[in-house]
Order: sequence, then C-alpha cells, then structure tokens
Amino acid sequence: MSENDLFYTRPELILSFSSLFLLLIAAWFKEYGRLISYVAIVPLLGAGFYAFTILTNEAFEFGGDAFFGQYRADGFSSLSKLLIYGAAAITLLIAPRYLEKKSAMKAEFPVLILLACVGMGLMVSAVDLLTLYIGLELNSLAAYVLASFARDDEKSSEAGLKYFILGGLASGILLFGISLVYGFTGSTSFLAINEALSGELSMGATFAIVFVLAGMAFKISAAPFHMWTPDVYEGAPTPVTAFFASAPKVAATALLVRIAGEAFTSQIGAWQQIVIVVAIMSIVVGALGAIGQKSLKRLLAYSSINNIGFILIGLAAATQAGVAGLLLYLIIYVVMTLGGFICLMQLEDKDGNMRSTMDDVAGLSKHKPLLAAAFMVIMFSLAGIPPMFGFAGKLQVFQAAVAADLLPLAVIGIAASVIGAFYYLKVIKIMYFDDPANVIVGSDSKSLIWIGGILALFISPLGWLAFPTMLEWTEVAAAFLFVNG
Amino acid sequence: MNISDLPILSIMLAVPMIAAIICLFARAHSARILALGATFVNLVLGIWLWQHYEIGGAQWQFVESAELFGPIGWKLGIDGISLMLIMLSVFLMPICIGASWYAIKERVSEYMAAFLLMEVLMIGVFAAQDLMLFYIFFEAGLIPMYLIIGIWGGTNRIYASYKFFLYTLLGSVVMLIAMIWMIQQAGTADIPTLLNYDFMPAAQTWLWLAFFASFAVKMPMWPVHTWLPDAHVQAPTAGSVILAGVLLKMGGYGFLRFSMPMFPDASAQFIWLIYGLSMVAVIYTSLVALVQQDMKKLIAYSSVAHMAIVTVGLFTFNQQGLEGAIIVMLSHGLVSGALFLCVGVIYDRLHTREIDRYGGLSINMPKYAILFLLFTMASIGLPGTSGFVGEFLALAGVYKVSTWATLICTTGIILGAAYMLYLYRRIAFGEQKNMDAAAMEDLNGREFWLLTPIAAAVMWMGVYPESFIAPIRDDVSKIVERVAPSTPQLDGKFLADDPGTAQYRVGANTNESSEGSAH
Repeated sequence: MSENDLFYTRPELILSFSSLFLLLIAAWFKEYGRLISYVAIVPLLGAGFYAFTILTNEAFEFGGDAFFGQYRADGFSSLSKLLIYGAAAITLLIAPRYLEKKSAMKAEFPVLILLACVGMGLMVSAVDLLTLYIGLELNSLAAYVLASFARDDEKSSEAGLKYFILGGLASGILLFGISLVYGFTGSTSFLAINEALSGELSMGATFAIVFVLAGMAFKISAAPFHMWTPDVYEGAPTPVTAFFASAPKVAATALLVRIAGEAFTSQIGAWQQIVIVVAIMSIVVGALGAIGQKSLKRLLAYSSINNIGFILIGLAAATQAGVAGLLLYLIIYVVMTLGGFICLMQLEDKDGNMRSTMDDVAGLSKHKPLLAAAFMVIMFSLAGIPPMFGFAGKLQVFQAAVAADLLPLAVIGIAASVIGAFYYLKVIKIMYFDDPANVIVGSDSKSLIWIGGILALFISPLGWLAFPTMLEWTEVAAAFLFVNG
Repeated sequence: MNISDLPILSIMLAVPMIAAIICLFARAHSARILALGATFVNLVLGIWLWQHYEIGGAQWQFVESAELFGPIGWKLGIDGISLMLIMLSVFLMPICIGASWYAIKERVSEYMAAFLLMEVLMIGVFAAQDLMLFYIFFEAGLIPMYLIIGIWGGTNRIYASYKFFLYTLLGSVVMLIAMIWMIQQAGTADIPTLLNYDFMPAAQTWLWLAFFASFAVKMPMWPVHTWLPDAHVQAPTAGSVILAGVLLKMGGYGFLRFSMPMFPDASAQFIWLIYGLSMVAVIYTSLVALVQQDMKKLIAYSSVAHMAIVTVGLFTFNQQGLEGAIIVMLSHGLVSGALFLCVGVIYDRLHTREIDRYGGLSINMPKYAILFLLFTMASIGLPGTSGFVGEFLALAGVYKVSTWATLICTTGIILGAAYMLYLYRRIAFGEQKNMDAAAMEDLNGREFWLLTPIAAAVMWMGVYPESFIAPIRDDVSKIVERVAPSTPQLDGKFLADDPGTAQYRVGANTNESSEGSAH
C-alpha cells in the first residue's frame, strides 16, 4: 500500500470512518437522529471538497490509480461523486422531519446514507470488476434497508422486499456476466478486459457483455428492466425515494458509462445497439406508463425511467461528447428529481398528513402560488421545454447523438419526448386550470421551502448562466473515457 | 456613452421581463398599470428603433453579442424584416393589455406577467441571431400561451391548450434535430453566416422538411391548421389578438429567414407542395369560414386563408411576391387583431360569440359599426387599406410564377369578401332581432382608443405603404438574390421580347430589362 492509495481514496476514507463513528454515537444517543443527520452532512462536504479538488485541479489531469489499479480517482468519478454527495446531503437535510412525522426516524438513518455513499463512491471509481461489485453491493444493502425504513408501513416494507428481491436478481445477472467476462478475458481489470476483447468478438464474450449490461440496466431502471421502480418509489418514504431517484441513479449510470467506455471500448458495436434499444424503450415506456398515473410519486418514477432513456442517448453516441452530454443531463436530472420530490413533500393537508395524488394538487396555484410555480418549472424542465434549463441536458445529448451520426435515434427520441410532454402538461393543467381542491395547506418546514426554491431556480432559465461552467466540468470529466474509442 | 451604443434590443427584452417578474408579486390594479407602462416603454423604444434604423445601411443593425451562455451566444440584431415584425409586436402589446383591463378579473397579476413574458419571447424570436437562441425563444412562447389559453380561456380551454401545445411542440422538435445537424455541419450557429452557407442539396431536402414541419404548423398551413380555430376560440380576446397578430407571423418569418435563404434548392424543389397546400387552404378554409356560426372561428379560418396568400407570396422568389407577403403578414397582424378586438367588444357585453345573437348593431352602436366596417374592408383587401397593398403585390408576384395559382388565390379573395361581408351583414345590419343586443351601448372611451390606433395604422399602410416597404426592400432583394438560381418557372414565364405584347408596354418594370419599352 502506497501513500497514493490513501491520498486518492480520501473521500471514501472520510465517509467510512465518519459513518462508523456516527454508528457508535447512534448506538448511545438513539433519540438524536435529527442532529446526527445534520452532523453527517459535514463528512459529505469534506469528501465532496476532495472530489472537487481533483475535478478542478489540472495537476490531476490524468487522475490517479490506487490499490494496484482497482480504484481510480479522476475527473469523471469526481464529478459523479460530487453529484452523489450533494444528493445525499439534501436527503439528510429533508428526511428527518418527514421520518419523525411517520415516527420512523432512527439514528441509523444517516449512517446508512453515508455507507451507501461509500458504496456509490466505489462504484464510480471502480476500474476493476471486483471493486465494482463490492461498491454496488454496499450501496444496495444500505438501500434495501432504507426502502423499508418506515417499517410499520406496509407499503414501505413491501417496497424494501421488492427492491431486495429484484435487486438481488439484478446482482445475480451482473455477477454472472462478470464471471463470463473473467472467463473469456482472464482478468477483472477494465483495461486488461478491453485489450483482451479487441479483435474478433467470440459468442461467449458477447453474452458476457449482454449480461453485464442487463444487470446494469436493472440498477438504472431502464426499460425493459424497470418494473420494480414505480412500486419501490411509491412505497418507500418520500425522502428515501428522492434519494433513490438521484444518487444511486448517478452512481449506476456512471458505472455503466465507465464499463462501456473503458472495459468495452474496443467493442462499441457489441453494446451500442443494446443501449440504443434500451434508450428508446425507456423513453417510450416511461412516457406511456406515466399517462394513467394518479399518484405523483408513481408519475415521478415513470418520469425517471423516461429520463434515463434520454441519458442513455448520450451513452449510445459512444463518444466523449456523448459522455459530457450525459453528465450534464445527469446533473440537471438530479436537480429536477430532487426538486420534484421536495415539492411533493410540501403537500401537507391541514392535519399534517402527506398527500401525493393528482386530485390533491388540483388548483394548487390559487392557494399556494409559489409552490405551484416551482412545480411548474420542474415539470416544464423535465419535459425539456426551453427556456427551462432542463432543455440544456436534452440539447447536449442530442447534439452528441447527431454528431455520432445517430440521426434516426435522435429523431425517434425527440419525437417520443412529445408523448412525455403530455403528462407533464397534465400535472400543470391540474395545478393551474382546475378548480381548487383546497386540501393542501403546505409545509411549514423552512428548509423544504428554501431547498425546493433554490433547486427550482437552478433549472429555471436562470440556470443557463451556469451552463458554461457545467460544460467545462463535464468536458473535463468526460476526457477520461472512450480514450481509444 | 453615445446613446446609439446602448444595447437597445436587450433593453427591449429586459423591460417587459423585469416588469413581468414584478407583476407576479403585485396587486391586480398595480399589475395592470405596470404592464401597460412597460409595454408603452417598449413601444417608445420600438419607435426609436425604427427612427434610427438606417434604410439602405448595413444588413444587420443594432447588433449585440455577449458570451453569456457558453456555446449559445446572446447574439441579437435586426434587419428590416425583423424590425417591422418587432414593431408589430410592440404596437399590439399595449392594445392587448388595454383589451384585458376589465375583461380579466381573476389572477390579474399572473395574466399580465404571462403577456409581458410573451412580449419578451416575441421580440426575442425576431431579434435572435443565434440559431439556438432563436429556437429557445421560439419554443418558449408555448409556455405563456399554454397558460393564457388554459387559465383564462373559454369553456373548452383545456382541450384547446393541449392541442395548441402538443401540435406545435411536435412540429418543432424535429426542427431542433435539423438545427443541431446544421450547426455541426457549418461549424457555427450564427444566423447571418448560415444564411450564406451552402448545404449539400441532398441534405437541404431533409433540413427543409424538418423546418417545414415546424413552420407549417405555426403558420398554420392546411392540413395542420386545426389547432388554430380551437386555440382562437378558447383564448381570451387579448390572447387571440397576440396569437393571430404575432405568433402566426413566426411561421412566415421562419420561412423567410431560414427555409428560403438557407435551403434555396430544396425550396425550389418543394414549391409544388407549398403551392398545392396553399391553394387548397385558400379555397377550403374560405368555404369553411362561410358557414361558421361562431365569430371567432370565422376569423380564425380567415387567418388560415390569409396565411396561405403569405406562403404563395413567399415562394414566388421575386421582389413583389416577397414584399407583398411581408405586407400581408403585417396587415393581417393588425387587421385580424382588430377584428378579434371587435369581437371582444361585443362579447364583453353579451358573453356570446354566436353570430345569430346579434343583429342591427349599426343602429345602436354606430361608432363600433364604422370601425368594424373598416377592418372588414381591410380584411377583404379594399384599396386604401393595408390588405389591398399586400395582397395585390403578393398576387402580382405569384402571377409571374404561376397563373393557375394566381387564379385560385384570387378566387379565395373573392370568397374572403363573401364571408366577411356576410359576417358584417349579420352583425351590423338587418333588424335588431335580439333585445339584449339592441340594448348594448356603443364603444366606450377605452375601446375606442384601442381600435383607432389600429385603424390609423391600417389606413397608413394602405395609403402610403412605402414607409413599410422601404425598410424591407434591401433585405428582400438579398433573399431574392440568394434564391435566384433556383427561381421556379412554371407557366407564368415572362417573355421580355415577346413581340405580341411589346406594343402594350409603357415602361420598364424595375426587375426586368428595359428593352421592352416601346413608345
């Protein structure tokens, strides 16, 4: 073990040690869950700071390997980590109040979030199949517990169980793929796999690639492996759903990109078609599935499936520009999703109960104009209507697709986005055009209002001011992938 | 700092934008006053812009450029065509605010904010010099209009708002892909550069079709016009005014700015499509308008017919045709806006748009009847009004290309006279069969002052069109020059040395050689 190993893994070290430390504290001070949650934001900020230095410091232009090429800290992993930590920090800010209301707050909640972050950090930094799998499982185990965190709630338990079984299945498929990859290439290191795969691709190796991709598609809930998403999202406590829809999505997508762009770069033709089909299916399934939904949580679940489709268009391009577009889309997606769920959490009636159906938000703009406006910005942004900043993500991925000569994909994808626009418009219609149902009085939580407002402002047209910076970061991050592609 | 160095276009965008944000937090009445003030400021700025626009000067004037949004440049600038359309927008906006003064009672501040936002986006569309910036302004216009129709519209507003949004969105998204391809192909998103970039003929076809999908819906051309009657009927009066007055012009502007100069070969190739659809539209929608019972629907269908004259005029590729088409656009913006206001005036009193509920209004509403008559005549294209100038020039241009198209489009104008006069007769003349309609009061001061400026502008454009043609002449001839190699020659071929007609020629046409003159 060299100095560098510890130097590059600083974010994970910080998070691991602080989670263990907080676990000890949580064992003794059970009733201080909320305080511990807020304290847990500090290590996230620290880890985020180190990730940020690697992203923006030109000295780390080529990143650095740790633990004999099993772990890599580079711009790509750092940007993904920043997003993951940010989403986790926001979850920690918004969750305690909600969980206390459901009397489900436990001091272990922040610990689980931190452990999930360690796992996700390993996922995005993995350049070896074993690191990848350890990170994935660490994250998943934490996530299964989080999904059923409101354990007295039947739906939450059901969500946890479903997530566990289907997640286990996905891990199994992935592991099978990994073993095939190892069998055909003789290595678990991404670079070695890439070298071994170059040239003629054998049938078995093709199967290996397909299985790995299928396992990953489960994790990012891309169609046709999306079935678990609406149920889990609906059942899990809302802040946990917000977390699921943001951080693990980023980690799994980044992992998929890393595998595709580093381990399978020599065989782009083998996976590109799969990604294209999965992308279009996700866009269509997400859009059509959302149309009939009554629950806003399920609607946002389908919306995330839909968005994953657009994100995958960036990957389908199989270029650095595509990865940069994908990362930009991911950033915007995380902000939109978190914003959407935070708006959802503010839907309280006068008895303090959480509401989350379409009927409840009828005419919301009349009695809660600012909340409705934030919701509207998020919906238009998810639909990718300019001038909302959500359009920037779509613009970048479609630019990459056009540059990669994937015109049919671009045309089909963007035409299908019109179907998606329909249900986003429906939410706006219910909030703005319908007669008020007058059930929502709104939340009195200042942090919800402020965070929701700031996130909504970021994806409003004001976000375009951040566009150049975002482009710069995503380009730096994307420079590490598809190097020989 | 010299006053002419001010970023006047950015200021024109900023004034309504800031006012819109303040409006959101203001009370109803202060929102009205603020909106009126902001639109008046913009009108004054627009007049200043027109006065300082140098006719015959540089093609692009008041150019600004800033690196605000990375690859999407904040590049603004106008030529004569943009100037005229911006003038139309800023002229109609205060009238729209005035028309909504009492008619809108609910959520006034949000309404005013939506209209001010609409103004920002309209000016932005006409002033954008970056392809992506144009697209953003172009598409963003859907959001405020969706809200205006959906919140303050009539009984069937939800259906109309959806139809409007999804129709237009579906048309535009394909254009986005085409724009991305163009930017990557040409290596720039700068519109003035792209205007002179030669795309491969094979690519032009696809690009043209992608742009056509968007502009044909926006225009709207038959058979994708069906969103327009619904949107018009359900929108509040001011919404219809701005929709007919300016938003439809974005389609024509798009053809003029993008389709023709950027893809001249494809434009020539698809001329049959444009002519065919336009000819059908002129006849078909005029006939449909003839049987309408709803005033707004009738005017909406007449808009489709007028826009068809614009499209044939544009695709003549000659000076008269293009100038005529632009004048029809401006004239139709004023006239249809005024007609919707006229409908609004009586709708506010009786709350119905059904033609049969009115009758004999010239007896109890003489002032109204006179102004309504003026706009009816302008819509028909009577000499002395703006409609005549535009339609005459446009059809003269068409005659050079295709006599058949001229014949059919002129028939459309006759049908136009039929449905407009029929409408006027049923509303203003005849006996006063409904007591409540007979009891309506004449125009009040506010309504009078909304309609008379438009009437003055219509007369001005009809009597001295040079004021409006002068700024666009150079820009039109640049487009004509650009598409000259692809100019179509159908059956309207002009034989300069035809001995059979030589003896009838008195002077040389500006565009033709002077050999034909025989004295």
